[in-house]
Amino acid sequence: MGEPTPSDKVSKKAAKSPEWADGLRQLYDSVVEEPIPDSFRDLLSKLDETEDRSAE
Amino acid sequence: MSENKRTAAEKADFKRELTEVVPHLRAFARGLCGRPDMADDLVQETMLKAWTAQERFEPGTSMRAWTFVILRNAYLTDMRRNRFRGEYDEGVAERILTAPAGQEEPLHLSDMHRALLTLPPERREALLLVGAGGFSYEEAASICGCAVGTIKSRVGRARAALNSMLADGDIPQRSLDDDIAHSAILEELDEVAAGNGVAN
Repeated sequence: MGEPTPSDKVSKKAAKSPEWADGLRQLYDSVVEEPIPDSFRDLLSKLDETEDRSAE
Repeated sequence: MSENKRTAAEKADFKRELTEVVPHLRAFARGLCGRPDMADDLVQETMLKAWTAQERFEPGTSMRAWTFVILRNAYLTDMRRNRFRGEYDEGVAERILTAPAGQEEPLHLSDMHRALLTLPPERREALLLVGAGGFSYEEAASICGCAVGTIKSRVGRARAALNSMLADGDIPQRSLDDDIAHSAILEELDEVAAGNGVAN
């Protein structure tokens, strides 16, 4: 939390703006933490079905 | 080459890893194209492609990096077909801007999001991979199929653009660079197409 990412050190300007750098990560993490919609579970189980068919 | 069939256990491993990486695919896609519905379509397309190409995945390597390549190529292909071109969901931006209080910095985050979406796609992509996804420059370069120096330069430009937009509070409604970025991406696409479509 709030730790500068290693890549921050390559840019002096970035070091001045840790706030938005954190914000960027937060944006990403907020989506990562969302529950997966059912449609994805459906798709994953369908993958197995296609697998069964192609195994014939 | 073609007899490289996977065992059931390997397929199960592949599926488990693919499942685990879905939240990251969604986050990357959301950052790339901005619209949650399109982003999720893109992720599903990516999952299907990954599943079909699973024999090209080397067990033990990064599933996230491998699927990001597929997602990115699918995104570029869709952009080339103009599916995402000029798409910017004003409604979504509005909702984010007026997001309920309670978060520490709702405005800050929404500005961030809006600014990010105005970046030319290849810079947005580079910044997302390095600044949000936590990939090294080398990994990002490998995902994008370009030189490490190119990624560094894109990330640097993206950061500079965000710095100035967020510092001045001057965030354009849509990217003025879209046309330029689009043609840059098309040139790059040809290189990608000339090399290897999916991972490596």
